[in-house]
Amino acid sequence: MRHSSSRRVLPGFGLSLGYALVYLSLLVLIPLGGLVARSTQLSPDQFWDIATSSRALAAYKVSFGCALLAAVVNAVFGLIVAWVLVRYEFFGKKLVDAFVDLPFALPTAVAGITLTTLYANTGWVGRFLEPLGIKVAFTPLGIVVALIFIGIPFVVRTVQPVIEDIEAEVEEAAATLGATRWQTFTRVLFPALFPALLTGFTLAFARAVGEYGSVIFIAGNMPMVSEITPLLIISKLEQYDLPGAIVLAVVMLVISFVLLLTINLLQWWTANRHSGRHVDAGAQA
Amino acid sequence: MSSVRHTNTESRLVRGLLIALALGFLFLFLGLPLLAVFSEAFKQGFGPYWQALGEPDTLSAVGLTILIALLVLPLNVLFGLAAAWAIAKFDFRGKSLLTTLIDLPFAVSPVVAGLLFILIFGRQGWLGPWLSAHDIKIIFALPGMVIATMFITVPYIARELIPLMQAQGKDEEEAAVSLGASGWQMFWRVSLPNIKWGLLYGVILANARAMGEFGAVSVVSGHIRGETNTLPLHVEILYNEYNSVGAFAAASVLALLALVTLVAKTFVEWRMQKETDMLNAELPPEKAPATAASLQSAPQGGGGELGAARRFPERTQS
Repeated sequence: MRHSSSRRVLPGFGLSLGYALVYLSLLVLIPLGGLVARSTQLSPDQFWDIATSSRALAAYKVSFGCALLAAVVNAVFGLIVAWVLVRYEFFGKKLVDAFVDLPFALPTAVAGITLTTLYANTGWVGRFLEPLGIKVAFTPLGIVVALIFIGIPFVVRTVQPVIEDIEAEVEEAAATLGATRWQTFTRVLFPALFPALLTGFTLAFARAVGEYGSVIFIAGNMPMVSEITPLLIISKLEQYDLPGAIVLAVVMLVISFVLLLTINLLQWWTANRHSGRHVDAGAQA
Repeated sequence: MSSVRHTNTESRLVRGLLIALALGFLFLFLGLPLLAVFSEAFKQGFGPYWQALGEPDTLSAVGLTILIALLVLPLNVLFGLAAAWAIAKFDFRGKSLLTTLIDLPFAVSPVVAGLLFILIFGRQGWLGPWLSAHDIKIIFALPGMVIATMFITVPYIARELIPLMQAQGKDEEEAAVSLGASGWQMFWRVSLPNIKWGLLYGVILANARAMGEFGAVSVVSGHIRGETNTLPLHVEILYNEYNSVGAFAAASVLALLALVTLVAKTFVEWRMQKETDMLNAELPPEKAPATAASLQSAPQGGGGELGAARRFPERTQS
């Protein structure tokens, strides 16, 4: 220890790493380990029964189905928004750019009650959907709307820098070689954007799966129909069904970790592809 | 040339269509909700609005929200600085694992986060019997809410600082130390000025999350009016009591906080960009090796001069 620290010129390694590790362990690692340890007190059969009870399965379906749908919508419109913000000039662009982060800044409870009011049958938007027979508030569609709101910045902010980095030469080369604009987009630009788009999609999806505050107001929260998994955890807690809450939490945790791992792999892939491209461009020049 | 330029962008029709789509989407999902918050809050005019805001329970919720943020942020700043310092300036085993662990709270549902602390401090939790024997309340009281908020905000500041400090390298700090600066001098005169905007950026984001957190705090709060009710929780209570003006009045305060956050964030981004541009423009390569002189004229940030420093790695390696 003495030896290695004497080779380091800068001070504070032990102190900073120590503080960071203690903080992280006390606050994150031990509590998460505790949850997993508590779940192992149940027998595998018990665990499986709770994890696959019909109400739990319905809740997963609502959570993941709505999150997936919202993330797809966000991927499509997020790409368009990012493209427009980087490539085109229009009045108020800077303002719109800053405004994209609103869902990061606006507390989820505020988003929840506001979206509910907007999409209720007397609301500004719901009023026009009602005659068409479309009900949004208090249905799974309402959950999708809330999750779209929550996820907007993720796709825009991951795709935007990649579009900024695309060099004009690549598109010019494609055009000179006779590609139409659409061909250039599908064959040259989209493949370059795809990893970032997928990362943004996964981030939005991961956030949407665990989201609680904005959803519970608009969802209607009917068991088997519009009850999300986090809400089911809370209702188990309120009924003092601690094992039930623990099992569902572990299921969500495992899925979150898989998503986190996916995001990291995607980011690694994006970075590699990206640097690969730069090397290619450099070699050609 | 002009024909290439032309083929390199979309036709006016497509451009117009895409802009309309993007703005339409943002207006529908972001603009309308923001307008609706204030419209609902002022539905019955200013009088009821001010009256709703003046309710003692609302005021105490505002106070508790600010108190929690004030307790959580300093600890989080210290953690962010410590983690970023260790990760960006030193090499050690398990560094990438540590970086991933810092992101973990982002991946955990807020409700699960709240549950974690119920399992430790709650009545049936590990420490539950001991805590109740000593009459210490953590769950359904302020400490639990602070801890849950600490969990949720772990990644915010560290995530901003790690890439920034990695990009800056350690040449400047090493120069300061070899010129005889103590650890504190190095930190206050070299490191902190270099990361001040990044740090502020992280604090702004962490503060918005700390003040707005709903799920995790909701699980551990117990919702006792005037005692363990933060402003977002108070919004829920009022809304569920069909007190629309009250709920949206409280919500409008949080929406205002969101707008202030966006403005502050944009300002800090603009400052960071400006410093980087200034340094890039200002620094002809032949002046770069005068590290000692530039150290004394201290406050510089951004990546510009560090890029220059990296062009002369042999200078600092001695």
